Amino acid sequence: MLDPAAVGHLLGFSLYEGLVFGFLALGVYITFRVLSFPDLTVDGSFVLGAAVAAVLIVNGMNPFLATLAALGAGLCAGLVTSLLNTKLRIPALLASILVMVGLYSINLRIMGRPSLPLLREVTIFSLASHLPGLENRLVYQLVVAGVLAVMVFLILNWFLRTEIGLALRATGDNEQMVRGAGVDTDKTTILGVSIANGLVAFSGGVVAQAQGFVDVNMGIGMIIIGLASVIIGEALFRPKGVARLLLAVLGGAFIYRLVLSAALRLGMAPGDLKLITALIVIIALSVPYLQKKIRREWLPPAPRW
Amino acid sequence: MSENSSLLKLKRISKVFSKGTVDEVRALDKIDLNVAVEDYITVIGSNGAGKTTLLNIIAGVYPPESGEIMLNGRNITKLSEYRCAEFVGRVYQDPHVGTAAKMSIEENMAMALLRGQPRGLRVATNKQRRELFRIALAPLGLGLENRLNALVGTLSGGQRQALALVMATLSNPAILLLDEHIATLDPRTAQIVLDLTDMIVKREKMTAIMVTHNMEMALHHGNRLIMMHKGRIVVDMNQEQRADLSIQDLVVAFERASGEEFVDDSVLLRPGNVVGVSDL
Repeated sequence: MLDPAAVGHLLGFSLYEGLVFGFLALGVYITFRVLSFPDLTVDGSFVLGAAVAAVLIVNGMNPFLATLAALGAGLCAGLVTSLLNTKLRIPALLASILVMVGLYSINLRIMGRPSLPLLREVTIFSLASHLPGLENRLVYQLVVAGVLAVMVFLILNWFLRTEIGLALRATGDNEQMVRGAGVDTDKTTILGVSIANGLVAFSGGVVAQAQGFVDVNMGIGMIIIGLASVIIGEALFRPKGVARLLLAVLGGAFIYRLVLSAALRLGMAPGDLKLITALIVIIALSVPYLQKKIRREWLPPAPRW
Repeated sequence: MSENSSLLKLKRISKVFSKGTVDEVRALDKIDLNVAVEDYITVIGSNGAGKTTLLNIIAGVYPPESGEIMLNGRNITKLSEYRCAEFVGRVYQDPHVGTAAKMSIEENMAMALLRGQPRGLRVATNKQRRELFRIALAPLGLGLENRLNALVGTLSGGQRQALALVMATLSNPAILLLDEHIATLDPRTAQIVLDLTDMIVKREKMTAIMVTHNMEMALHHGNRLIMMHKGRIVVDMNQEQRADLSIQDLVVAFERASGEEFVDDSVLLRPGNVVGVSDL
C-alpha cells in the first residue's frame, strides 16, 4: 500500500521544507524561548526578507548577496521592534504587532505590487541545479537548504555560547541577575530580537527563491508555524544544552512539515493548514496546564502579555 | 572609619516614592553614610525604614531625588544598575533573583565572573575558567564544584543562595550588598550561608553591608551596626560601642535615637523586650 518512492519523496520534501522554515523556527525560538520576548514581528519580517531578496534578484543582484540583504532587512525590523520596547517602553507584544502591521505597507512598497514572480531569475537554487549530480529538483533543494542549515546551526551554536550569547540567554531567564552582573539588558534584548528577525527574514528570502514567487500575504500565520515547530521539537526531543536545543527546533520544523505534507497527501484541503497549525499550538500550550488542573495543583493566573 | 580610608560616601541622600501623590513616601531622608574600606556593616530597622531602598540606591537600581554618592572619590550618583555592577555585588532575599534557573552552574558563574568587564565573542566557559569556578565553589562544601553542568533550577533554595553568594563575590566587587539574604532559608542552611558570608568577606577583605531583621545577627556579625528608622540612620555603632550590647540595650538605643516607641516585633523577635512607652 505504501509506495517506497512516494514515502522517500515525502520525507525528502518535508526535510527540505523543515530546513528552510527551520530558520524561521530558530528565530521564533530565540525571541520566545531564549529571550522570553513574545515577538509577532515575524509575520512581517518573513515577507520583508522575501520581498527584499526577490526585488534585488529581479534587479540582477547575486542571489547569495540578495539573501544576505534579506537577513539584514530582518535585523532592521527586529531592531525597530526592540527599540519600541526598550526605549519607548511599549509592551513587547504590542510593539511587535505595530511593526508587523507597518511592515505590510513597507513590503508592498518594496515590491511595488502584491506579488512578484521569480521563475526565470537566477536564484541560489537555480545556481545549485547547474552543479553536476544535482539535476534533480528535490536533490538540489535539499543540498542548498542543508548547507545553509549547517552554516546557521554552527554560527548560532557558537554564538549562544559566547560571553555575549550567554548574556543574551540569561536576559530571558533572569533579567535582574543579568543587570546585577553588569549587563545592559536593553542591549541584549535589542541584539536578540534583531538576530531573531534576521533569521526569519533570511528564511523568507530562501523560501521566496525556492517557491519562485513572493506574495505580500505569504507571512500570515508564520509566527504560529514557527511556534508549532519549536513546541514540537521541545516536546519530542526534550533537549538539553544549546546544540541539542537548536537541533531540536530544526527537528520540530521537520516533523511539523512531515505531518502537514502527509495530511495534504491524505486529502486535507490546503486552506485548512493554518487552522490545523493553530490547533496544534493550542493543544501543545494547554496540555501542561490541563495536566496540572487534573492533578489539582495550584496554578497562577494566565499572563496577559 | 577615618576620612582617608573611606570607600563609599553617601551625602544627604533622599529618595521619595510616588512624589506628589497621596501615597508619597519619603523612603530615605537626607542620609549621610561613610563606609570605610573593609567595613562590614549590619543594618537593622523596622519595615519601611528604608533599608532596602538604601541598598537599591547604592546599587543604582534608581537614582536618589537629591544627594551624592561617591565611591573611591568617583561620583556614581547617576550610574544605572548595570554600570554600578562593576563595583557592587549583591545577594537578594529570594535565591531565585540572584541566579538564572535555566542555565547551568558554570554558565551562571561565567556571567558573574565577567561583572563589569566588556563581554566579547569568546566562548564563555573554558577549561581555565571551570577550574576557577571549582576553586570558588569548593569551600561551600555542597559539592557544587562537581556539578558544573547541572541546571541551577535543579538546586535547592539554600544551594542557590550559596551559589548566588559566590557569584556576587567572584569578581571581587568593591562593595558587597546583602539584602536579608538568609531570611528565606531553613535555620541550618541559613547558618551555613551566614558562616560562608563571614568567611568570604574576611578572606577577600571585602567591604559589605548586610540588611537583616535579626537583632542577634546584627550584633554578632560584622564590625559596625546601623539602625534605620523612617528613612534616617538613627543609630551607628562601631565595634567597641556595640561590643557589650544586648538586644535589650539595642532597643533602648533605638528609642533614644528615634524618640519613639519601638513596636515592630518582626525586628524584635522577642516581644517581651519591648520597654514601656517613653516620651510620646
